[in-house]
Amino acid sequence: MPSNKSVSDAPITQFINCRILRDNELQREDLWVREGRILDPEKLFFDEQGYADKRVDCEGSIIAPGFIDVQINGGYGIDFSQASENVSDGVSFVAKKILEHGVTSFCPTLVTSPPEVYHKVTVSFLSVLPQVKVHDGGPHGAGVLGFHLEGPFISAEKKGAHPEKYLRTFKSGGLEDLMEVYGSLDDVAIVTLAPELPGSQSVVRELSRRGITVSLGHSAADLSQAEEAVQHGATFITHLFNAMLPFHHRDPGIVGLLTSDRIPAGRTVYYGMIADGIHTNPAALRIAHRAHPSGLVLVTDAITAMGLPPGRHTLGQQVIEIQGLHAYVAGTKTLSGSIATMDMCVRHFKQASGCSVQEALEAASLHPAQLLGISHKKGKLDYGSDAGQNVENDFLPFKLPKISVYYPESQRAH
Amino acid sequence: MRLVILDDYDLASEWAAKYIRNRIVQFKPSADRFFTLGLPTGSTPYGCYQKLIEYYRHGDISFKYVKTFNMDEYVGLPRAHPESYHSYMWNNFFKHIDIDPANAHILDGNAQNLEEECQAYEQKIAEAGGIELFVGGIGPDGHIAFNEPGSSLVSRTRVKTLAKDTIVANARFFGNDLSKVPTMALTVGVGTVMDAKEVMILITGAHKAFALYKAIEEGVNHMWTVSAFQQHPRTIFVCDEDATLELRVKTVKYFKGQQPTRKWRHLDKPPLREGNWTNGIGRQNLKEQTHD
Repeated sequence: MPSNKSVSDAPITQFINCRILRDNELQREDLWVREGRILDPEKLFFDEQGYADKRVDCEGSIIAPGFIDVQINGGYGIDFSQASENVSDGVSFVAKKILEHGVTSFCPTLVTSPPEVYHKVTVSFLSVLPQVKVHDGGPHGAGVLGFHLEGPFISAEKKGAHPEKYLRTFKSGGLEDLMEVYGSLDDVAIVTLAPELPGSQSVVRELSRRGITVSLGHSAADLSQAEEAVQHGATFITHLFNAMLPFHHRDPGIVGLLTSDRIPAGRTVYYGMIADGIHTNPAALRIAHRAHPSGLVLVTDAITAMGLPPGRHTLGQQVIEIQGLHAYVAGTKTLSGSIATMDMCVRHFKQASGCSVQEALEAASLHPAQLLGISHKKGKLDYGSDAGQNVENDFLPFKLPKISVYYPESQRAH
Repeated sequence: MRLVILDDYDLASEWAAKYIRNRIVQFKPSADRFFTLGLPTGSTPYGCYQKLIEYYRHGDISFKYVKTFNMDEYVGLPRAHPESYHSYMWNNFFKHIDIDPANAHILDGNAQNLEEECQAYEQKIAEAGGIELFVGGIGPDGHIAFNEPGSSLVSRTRVKTLAKDTIVANARFFGNDLSKVPTMALTVGVGTVMDAKEVMILITGAHKAFALYKAIEEGVNHMWTVSAFQQHPRTIFVCDEDATLELRVKTVKYFKGQQPTRKWRHLDKPPLREGNWTNGIGRQNLKEQTHD
């Protein structure tokens, strides 16, 4: 067997004839993987005197790190915010399906809901259904990085599709409100809140202290309120432009964070963009991208109806109607979420912004990994990183290239 | 000695690569009988490695039954450092071919006991049956491997302190920071290379011209250690026009006159060599260069 087994005797796969996304560029290099980790072939050669057991010919395709979707409400008929008996099955089902779009890790998102829903979903996982805790992906489905709790501590003025009756403010002073509503913060990765709500500063600080990403969204905050929240630890903006005050030249609002000079040194403010061509005009997408390219995180904000045929479906406590590529709150023209898939978002982003392939891929992999502080393990094809990765054919503007997702310790996932 | 003069660097690299390829193919290496190859690093052999990789990709050669022994490595430089000779060999050669990692030997500059490492290396060469073909380059000061001026012509693999000239010349690879350049290296000795059955020295570029002159037109001298190969029974110097700039016109004309008028087309088919001692092939009637 190829290796002196000084480190491991697990099989080694070598991807040849490919271009890999590494160090912000597409390099013509082979990718070596063993036991779900990316291997340093030089070390393998000299230390272990090993070589590959299996070679996969990529025929010139691009290998990119698996995409990370930090805002996805459900899909294929599953709604994460619906308090059903078997939430974990629903999450697993969606996890498997989104592999087809190249997503290997995600944050199931819960929209504003009554406390019972949160308790059922977060607390029940602790005691009854351990598999929907934070877990790694594999051929069975994308990994769960933790929940994204979007609301209920958001602005009534900017609620979008969130049901008004479940909106909350910080009454008792921060953490108590959170625990009362959410039940548990153990498997939570991101919380979206409106920073203009009184008492939010201590909440932002507390959540940041616990390693939970705080995101500003569904808010009517002005720039100084947003900056203050960033200083307390907020690092993300939920779907930029949507559900916030529009950019104004004398008070840019949350959008102004992209070029604010009051961000603490060494910190980056990331912002989610739904690049489906509907939620944001391509010109606005370009403005944001050019203003702050390294902070752009592609999200799908996909709802239950993603992957389903046109018609009426349920999201949270409301009913949604699908018309073509649009999803509205039934009976209105308020957008309720998108039905775009991540690979569509990546392609649309590249086409609309004119950015390079590497930038488009990084916006869906590296940047979300950096946002969540996991870029040492995910979002990159560096040695030692987790090896859920995409193999994509070249980006051609009007063709949809094939995406295959590889979890190499077994065979192809999809 | 054979002196093979090609028009430019690319042609010289190609000639050298074809020669290596043909030697390996003729040898018909197998699991019981490996072809042992000594290898250099640096900018000179880079083109030759590129060509060998091309031949491998084309299916003309396999390195499965080839053992390689590199000439040298810096002391104290982390193996993963981009300037280490391990990195050079990996990136420019090993990763592109099918050599078995267990057969690729390079001195370990980070060994606990450098003396033992050198002795073990000599031992490994002996166990492999000696080197069939040692490919090397030449420094501007006429050194072979890191056998700097003054090195014994019968030296073996050992630790060498680098000459000031060499350190300065290498500074460009270390951000022009002299303090970062390694000052010692492990190197095969002149004697070690002399033990090989055949030696091929690659020399390209005008900056090597004076060293080539000293190596082949003057006497054997430990200040120009490549001159030791005047006493080796089977040496080839492969160079480009620029490297001949310090030679006498007479020397150049003499060796060019030995080259066949057709441009090395015979090398494209691995030739059967006259009186080849390694496989005992009988004499063939070929229009072919003879060795002295």
